Amino acid sequence: MGLEIGLGHYLTVAAILFTLGVFGIFINRKNVIVILMSVELILLAVNLNLVAFSAHLNDLQGQVFALMILTVAAAEAAIGLAILVIFYRNRGTIAVEDVNMMKG
Amino acid sequence: MTLPLFFFYVFSAITVASAFMVISARNPVHAVLFLILAFVNAAGLFMLAGAEFLALLLIVVYVGAVAVLFLFVVMMIDVDFAELKSGLLSYAPIGMVVGAILFLELLLVAGSFVIAPDMVGAGGLPIDATMDNTRALGLVLYTRYVFLFQGAAAVLLVAMIGAIVLTLRHRTGIKRQSTASQLGRKPSETVRNVKVKSGQGL
Repeated sequence: MGLEIGLGHYLTVAAILFTLGVFGIFINRKNVIVILMSVELILLAVNLNLVAFSAHLNDLQGQVFALMILTVAAAEAAIGLAILVIFYRNRGTIAVEDVNMMKG
Repeated sequence: MTLPLFFFYVFSAITVASAFMVISARNPVHAVLFLILAFVNAAGLFMLAGAEFLALLLIVVYVGAVAVLFLFVVMMIDVDFAELKSGLLSYAPIGMVVGAILFLELLLVAGSFVIAPDMVGAGGLPIDATMDNTRALGLVLYTRYVFLFQGAAAVLLVAMIGAIVLTLRHRTGIKRQSTASQLGRKPSETVRNVKVKSGQGL
């Protein structure tokens, strides 16, 4: 750990964020909204990794890729929340443990 | 400690702390607000890495759109969130185990690889230090990556149509305006002249 911001700094922060996101999915097994927010945290960690590598390798491709992930994350949030809204409309709850209509 | 390093530690500490609050907050509105804080500070980290355009895009897209969408849904849905929190810790042990394993693995990966020195700057798209980030991204996004850009647009279009189709609801049993039948009425069908005898009425 020198005096400059290195790749390791960014990778550590992204690893912590990713782990927190996965942990959030586990401890909020009932609340879909928090699960969706945890997925957003995971995608943020991935983006942080891409940007860090882009800066370290002096290559713009990582930032282009991060842009695409940002797009997909926004689309995923919109679709996820729409599904959440219709699920609540049909069932009156958002507890994921009750999601067994299809008995898959 | 140099100034960028100091700001790096400030941004990353706030990001991690607010990410922890996102997953542990009791009130989902607080969780959304902490999510916004996490994203703003992550934008600061992007800025430090030299990705200015992505940093501002993160603020615009996440804080301006996604977080507001989350807030809308949290407020529209009338759920007893305290009840949802009741079984909070039943999955915590296995979550702890999975999280610890994942974190250790990520740290092992992050700490154990080395990038060959000649790989730096050897990618297909070296960053031109004399050009600002937004301009550089725009120059490749509309030329070399134009199909990727169109693909992203298609993803957004499909997501938009999907969200609308999913949440559109046709309620039965309410009166609606039917413009076609209104315009299709003829005077001969709807108006009739009646001669009323005086003093009798209809």
